Parts: sequence; C-alpha cells; structure tokens
Amino acid sequence: MTQMAAPPKPATLTREERRRLSEGARAERRFGWLLCAPAVIVMALVAFYPIGYAIYLSLQRYDLRFPQLTHFVGLSNYGVVLSSGVWWHAFAVTVIITVVSVAVELVLGMALAMLLHRTPLWRGLVRTSILIPYGIVTVAAAFSWQFAWTPGVGYLANLLPAGSAPLTSQIQAIAVIILAEIWKTAPFMTLLLLAGLSLVPDELLRAAKVDGASAWQRFTQIMLPLMKPAILVALLFRTLDAFRIFDNIFILTKGNNGTGSVSILGYDNLFTALNLGIGSTISVLIFIAVAIIAFLFIRGFGTAAPGTALERR
Amino acid sequence: MTAVAAPAVAAAATTAGPAMPARRKTGWAVANLITVAWTLFPIWWLVALSFKDPATLTDGSFWPIKWSWTNYSGIFHTSAFIRPLINSIGIGLITTAISVLLATMAAYAIARLNFPGKGLLIGMSLLIAMFPQISLVNPMFNIERQIGLFNTWPGLIIPYLAFSLPLAIYTLSAFFREIPWDLEKAAKVDGASQRQIFTDVIAPLAIPGIATTAILVFMFCWNEFLFAISLTSTNAARTAPAAMGFFTGVSQFTFPIGSIAAAAAIITIPIVIFVMIFQRRIVAGLTSGAVKG
Repeated sequence: MTQMAAPPKPATLTREERRRLSEGARAERRFGWLLCAPAVIVMALVAFYPIGYAIYLSLQRYDLRFPQLTHFVGLSNYGVVLSSGVWWHAFAVTVIITVVSVAVELVLGMALAMLLHRTPLWRGLVRTSILIPYGIVTVAAAFSWQFAWTPGVGYLANLLPAGSAPLTSQIQAIAVIILAEIWKTAPFMTLLLLAGLSLVPDELLRAAKVDGASAWQRFTQIMLPLMKPAILVALLFRTLDAFRIFDNIFILTKGNNGTGSVSILGYDNLFTALNLGIGSTISVLIFIAVAIIAFLFIRGFGTAAPGTALERR
Repeated sequence: MTAVAAPAVAAAATTAGPAMPARRKTGWAVANLITVAWTLFPIWWLVALSFKDPATLTDGSFWPIKWSWTNYSGIFHTSAFIRPLINSIGIGLITTAISVLLATMAAYAIARLNFPGKGLLIGMSLLIAMFPQISLVNPMFNIERQIGLFNTWPGLIIPYLAFSLPLAIYTLSAFFREIPWDLEKAAKVDGASQRQIFTDVIAPLAIPGIATTAILVFMFCWNEFLFAISLTSTNAARTAPAAMGFFTGVSQFTFPIGSIAAAAAIITIPIVIFVMIFQRRIVAGLTSGAVKG
C-alpha cells in the first residue's frame, strides 16, 4: 500500500492549468508561501542584505580610526588587496590547507566508512567514538592540540628533539593545523561516504567475487563508480568548509609566522587594522572564491547540487 | 536471520557469523581499537590536563600523577567563565527553538505542498549553507554597531538563525518526505483544512525529526566561534568558546592552561552525552538528503 503514495505534483504549471486552479490548490499555494515567509525573511535579512552592504563598503575608503575621512574610492581597494603579497600568501596557505586536509580526509574517511560498514564487532562503540570529534567544539579540540605540541607541557612536543617548538615554525605549524582540521572533520566525510557505501548492493559485490574479481577490482570497478555522487557531495561540502578555516588557526597560532588563512586575514584587517573598507574587500573576494569552487564542482565534475535531492523521489 | 540460511559463498562474503576465523576477528578488533584511540586521545588529554594539580601541570604525562579539582574550582569562582557559559546555553536554546520552529514550517511546505518559488527557496538556503561566514563579519559588525545589537544576545542569535536554518530545513524536509501521503488524503477527506493537516496530522509525526534537528542546531550554536568573537566585546554576550579565547592567567605572562583545559572539558561534556544518547539520530540527520536521490 505504501507504494501508492502519490509523488509531489510538478512545481511548474502552464497558464492553462493555472487558470483552472481549484480553490483548494490556491489555498495550498498561499499556505506554502505563508509557511516559508519567516525563514525566507530571516535568511534574506541576515545573509543577503549584509553581503550587498559588504560590496558597498568595499568600494569605500573606510578606516574606523578616521571615520570622517570615509569616501567612495571605486575599485581601488581591490587593486590594493590583489596586488599585495599578504593576500596571496594567505591565499596560498588556505589552498594548501584545503587541498591537503581534504585529500587526506577522503582516504581516511573512506577507510573509516569501510570499517564502520564491515566491522563485525562493537559497531555502536566505534560509531559513537567517530561522532565525538564531529560534535566537539573546535576551539576545545584546538586547545588540546596546542597544549599537546607546546614544549614543556605536551606529550607530543616531548617526543620531538629538544628545542623544537612546532607551533612557531611555519611549515610545522601548518602541519599541526592540518592535523587538527583532519581530526575534527574526517568524521563528517566518513558519515557521508558511509551513506554512499550503504547504497552499493551486496549481491553485486558477491556476484563479482564469484566471477573472480579481486578485492581491489571490486573496490575500483563497482564501489567507487556507484559511490561517485556521494564522494563528490562530500568533497564539495568539505572543500567549501576547509576553505573558510578560522577557529583552528586562531587558537593554534593566531595566524603568526605566516600561517594565516584568508579568513584570518579578513578578521585581522577589521579588528587589528580597523580598516572596514579593506576588510570588506577581502570578505567579497573570499565570497567570490567560494562561489567559484562551488561552480567548478557542480558544473565541472557534475556534482549533484546538494538540495536538488530534495526535488527528486 | 537470512544470513544463516544463505549459501556458503554469501556467508563467506559477509563478515558476520560465528564461522569467522579468530585471526580475522582480531584484525577487526585492532582496527576498531586504533579508531577509538584516534578519536578519543585529544579529549582524554584535555581531561587529564584539567585534573592535574597546578604543580604537575607541565609534567607532560598522559595520566595525572596528582589528581585535583583546583582548575575546576578556579573557573567557577569568578564570573569569567560562568557568565559566558550562561550566554552559551541561553543563546543556544533560544536559537534552537526559533530555528526549529521556522524550519519545520518551511520544510513542511517544501516537502509536501505545491507552490511556485519552492526552487528559489531551496537554492537560497543552499547558497547560505555554502557562505563563508567571514564575508558577513565585516558588514554585520558595522550594522550591529549602528543599530545597537553589538555585544547583545540578539546580536548573536540573529546570525546563528540565518546559518542554522539551511541545515534545519534540509534535515527536516528529509523527515517530512518519509511520512506516508495517505494520511494527508484521509485528513482531507475528513474535511481538515491545510493548517489542520500540518499542525494536527503531519507535524506530530515528525517529532523525532524535529528532535534530531534541534540537536544538530544546538551543536552548531554551541560550537560557533567566529561570530562569537567578532560581534561581542565583553562577557555580556560572549559565549564560552569565545571567552576561552580571551582567558588570561594570574599575570599576563602565565598562560592559564589549567583553566582553559577545565573550561574545554566542561563545554565538551554535553556534546559527548548528546552523541552517546542520540548517535543513531545524528547520523540519520546528517546524511539524510545529502546522498539520497
């Protein structure tokens, strides 16, 4: 009987059909709009209005120490930011952190998803422990890593040769930031991949095994192609998330010694340099970068935009 | 159990069953242990630090040699942590209540009603889910300063609402889609209005989904850091993670490791409890809709 459930009606109607809309359908429309209105208003007011305001601010010379000198300067803030080594350095750091952490998480997440999917023992315990890093406050976890790597305090720093202070050297500090990021967010990747893994039919794998396919062949020829949509969605989510990395860096190094990401740079320009114009310019540039990443994933790799799943079924 | 009746080939392919060799079982046990250790050791390290006596705080040992409550009594003796903790709980609960209410309405409409503009709403919430928060910090800082919301509870609740709504709508519409359509038809035949179908028939059935969503939204608010440090200036509205970022020791040269460890342990406990109780629901909520379809 459950198969009888009617699929949702198509969202678009022709003019003919619209004219013939019954009173009931019109009431449904009004009710739909009424239910959505509060959420739409909040999201529009808090997200879309400020981004427009950020674009406006980015065209101004606006220094909070000299607010009376504020005036329109066109695109010159963009010129200042894009020709500065500081921006490109932060951009490079952000890209390195994003690429390395997402790549490692993909491999680690796949291994953990396999473990959760296949393990015959203690499945509940392993799943709970994998969820904990996802749920824990990033700042708390970042402090744990910081203390672990602080010479004279932490067990990890004590394993290193005497005199080394990993959080004060650029490359080692970035490695620690990436480690903290992976620990915290690999579980999210794992859960998305696990959901993808559960869509691979067991019979297919068994049949391939009977036909003599090796474990590696079954993985690359059957599981990976079937999991591709799940993998791409997981990569898209995590790439966008990693690109805006802030909390871990703020706690671990405050962005010192050349470890700042673009988000740290935007924050510093507002709260240390008190320059609202330049800060907003950086905000807009980060927004554009994120939009480009999303566009590349959805158009370039054919990632199903998350949310289009809402329309299907 | 179907596995028992299955032919030998199938039984060998799946790992379940008593026929599994002991060596293989040990292999899984080792893999599981490594995973559990990897996820838990940074948390254990925080807890260990928080229970260390101030004199042994820097001994680098993984197990406190001398256990003490000093760090905990220290942070609960001043308002420097209590007040932010209250802020965190209050802001988290208020945001969760409003966000779940608005999202339940919107998600119901998306999943079960037919109206033009639905695609626009989905696209809009998707866009916000991908938004870099830092892009909003600059303009929000200036707007909130001008309208007097800076450093207040509403000043944080409003951006948290906007960023939690996409997550909440997304999770809830997956739950609403699972509810059989026959119920709606039956209610309509009985003469129920659109509003009655929503509030009296469908919404009560979605309560497990609403609970799951509330947990996810609360965890988001509890975790948030960038807005919490940017849109506040004192403990009037600073949340616990933000206050920890600004903890100072007895003198400006001592970094208050013990206090921070104790504070971090305290804000971690509720999350660990949530995860242990609701792990199935959290997994279902996080992955619903994201991969299906």
